[in-house]
Amino acid sequence: MSTPIIELENVDLTLGERAILHNISLTINEGEFIAILGPNGAGKSTLLKLLLGLYKPTSGSITVLGKTPKRGNNEIGYAPQHRTLEADLALRARDVVGFGLDGNKWGIALPNKKRDKHVEQALDEVDMKHLADMPVGKLSGGEQQRLLIAQALLTHPKILLLDEPLSNLDITNAQVVVSLITKIARNRKMTVLLVTHDSNLLLPVIDRVLYVANTHSAIGKSEDVITSEGLSKLYNSPVEVVRAKGRLFVIGEEH
Amino acid sequence: MIELLQHQFIQYAFLSGTIIAIVSAIIGYFVVLRAQAFAGHALSHIGFAGATGAALIGVSSLTGTFIFTILAALGMGFLGKRIQGRDVEIGMILSFALGLGILFLKLYTTNANEAVGILFGSILSVTSYDLLLSIISACVSLLLLLIMFRPLLFASTDPEVAEARGVPVQLLSIIFMVLLALTVTEAILVVGVLLVFALLVAPAATAQHIAKRPLTTIVLSVALGLAFTWGGLFLALFLHGPVSFFIAGLASIIYLLAVPFYHTISPHLYKPLPHADRENKFTVEI
Amino acid sequence: MFDILQYSFIQNAFIASFFVSIGAAIIGYFMLVRGLTFAGHAFSHVGFAGAAGAVWLGVNPIYGLLAFTIAAAIGIGSLGKELRERDITIGIMFTLALAFGVLFLFLYRGYAEEAYSILFGTILGISSLTVLITAFFSLMTIGLVLLVFRPLLFSSFDPEVAEARGVPTQKLAIAFLILVAITVSVSVQVVGVLLIFTLLVGPAATAIRLIKGPYQTIGLATVLGLLYSWISIFLAAETNLPVSFYIATLSFGVYLPVRLLVKKNI
Repeated sequence: MSTPIIELENVDLTLGERAILHNISLTINEGEFIAILGPNGAGKSTLLKLLLGLYKPTSGSITVLGKTPKRGNNEIGYAPQHRTLEADLALRARDVVGFGLDGNKWGIALPNKKRDKHVEQALDEVDMKHLADMPVGKLSGGEQQRLLIAQALLTHPKILLLDEPLSNLDITNAQVVVSLITKIARNRKMTVLLVTHDSNLLLPVIDRVLYVANTHSAIGKSEDVITSEGLSKLYNSPVEVVRAKGRLFVIGEEH
Repeated sequence: MIELLQHQFIQYAFLSGTIIAIVSAIIGYFVVLRAQAFAGHALSHIGFAGATGAALIGVSSLTGTFIFTILAALGMGFLGKRIQGRDVEIGMILSFALGLGILFLKLYTTNANEAVGILFGSILSVTSYDLLLSIISACVSLLLLLIMFRPLLFASTDPEVAEARGVPVQLLSIIFMVLLALTVTEAILVVGVLLVFALLVAPAATAQHIAKRPLTTIVLSVALGLAFTWGGLFLALFLHGPVSFFIAGLASIIYLLAVPFYHTISPHLYKPLPHADRENKFTVEI
Repeated sequence: MFDILQYSFIQNAFIASFFVSIGAAIIGYFMLVRGLTFAGHAFSHVGFAGAAGAVWLGVNPIYGLLAFTIAAAIGIGSLGKELRERDITIGIMFTLALAFGVLFLFLYRGYAEEAYSILFGTILGISSLTVLITAFFSLMTIGLVLLVFRPLLFSSFDPEVAEARGVPTQKLAIAFLILVAITVSVSVQVVGVLLIFTLLVGPAATAIRLIKGPYQTIGLATVLGLLYSWISIFLAAETNLPVSFYIATLSFGVYLPVRLLVKKNI
């Protein structure tokens, strides 16, 4: 199962005057579950947007599923950083999920039993079928997050990109979301890239770690990448990685 | 009462009022969703300069309003995200537009009645030309809205994901601003520059508190808009008062009553279903 | 040109606008910092209803202005937090107020002329009594602001810390809104309801981009406001065009290049 599905070669990205990424080369294989880590502002979200075709690299090449990334690719599912949906937004859970199916098509959605069933199936997969008619504003943070994931899954994508899906969740909810994603990814044989701040919840389920910092990146097994030498090299300044009580702490990170 | 309806100007008033109420209610739904109420307000003030400028050079004030608002809308649309939260800039432009309007007014006539008509509505003096323009504008707006509905809804709710899914978010924003300009111009005809909110925002904002999905919200918004307009017209004719006062009064009072009412009862409308996974955020005693 | 200064109505105009400019600069600065510019705009519309009501009752419009705007200030101050919701609610409230303004005007047969002067300003027709009232309220407002200057500044920039330090932020917020109401009522005489933004926000918005520090910004804003008002009075007296138009044009004309060319300071 070592078919490359995402390839970056010598990719540079400069936005305005800021260099975000420099000389990034990496390959991600089909079916891998990758955690993307790194400090704030390092470019993790930007990396996802490059894969979606929302940004174009200043130099270098990117290949996703054998093609150059272009907007509107149904083979990639995307759930961006969680924003709280307004409390009185007059949209039900099924409406928001439905966007994932045909939100980009012109006209209006005519009532369609097949479509409804499709939406309900997606909601079922994230354990939210019973909340299909609930207004989104009334859902909790964890439920809204699962909703956005369901939306991303509707077109049966081969790649799932999740930007900080766990940040606003408490431990219990975060664990629910992580096991949900793992289960779905395995069932559908999807490649998952998940940006997160805290790797500890994910270490047991991921294949490799992609660490982005200081415009550079390092990818590999967590025990190889998240080491004092590895990260110090990345940051170009002393960083210490401490393992305590079965968890990882990176010290000296803020720049 | 029926004899009143014999008069052409009253028939025109009801006809144009109906058409404009419908379009305003539907566009208003998106205005509220996209939090662009202030932009609408600004467009109406800019329209004032257009109306008085047009009168000054002898052109129909409706035409002048259309032109100015559409130009302003295009400007705002192209500035895009940079407009967000720019209250100060928008406020300055809107005030300057008003200042221009005052200048045109002073140059055109020392008669202050013109000003009052544009500022507070002139639906009882709608001409057949105005009516024709309203119908055309309404048809164009509704047709475009129908075509853009799904992607616009998506882009308004979640622009990032919509963009990733291939929705032309920026283009839709520009088109929407132009539709807003058309609608605001029409609303000015009914309630005047200063009371545009009554037709544009009030029905949709009220509906949004009550209904829970797009289709029902829009239908309710239209129903409210029509109720306010017809109610306002009838009251004005019966009680011999200014039309815009009645329409705006009805619209505002209903909104101000509906909001606190629904805030108190709405927690009770959505009972959380028992499910092992659900956090107990919304348990409610009925 | 300067011989027009002989006329008492011109003198009144200069004196009134002097007081108004200072008050407007101070209050306008805080409005900007606290993000209340839209609310200020809304107050003026509400004030219109009050003024129209006063005219209908045969009373000096300024009392109507004060009554309605202060009531609105207390109302808005007691509203909840969520922004989108609040803007719409404020907008609809002032729509209701304006609607009543229309009604009052309609009931008072002198309709259009009065409307015109309330909406667009009457500084050139201002009576000596009104000048006194203006001076009184302006000085009172300025005095009160100076009194609470530091805690107000603190809570404008960092409400949470200020609260923790014992600043009564909620009470200050309502008090400030009341001061805005008074300033708006008084300024309406110079520029009218519709153009209040240009005198209240324009100078402060311009100054804030040119100079650092609250005292300096307010100082510059005052100077700008004074210049705009006085120059406009001259121009209006010479050309017979409305004062408010000139003020709006000057305010916008200076603001625009500053906004486009000067990088944000604050």
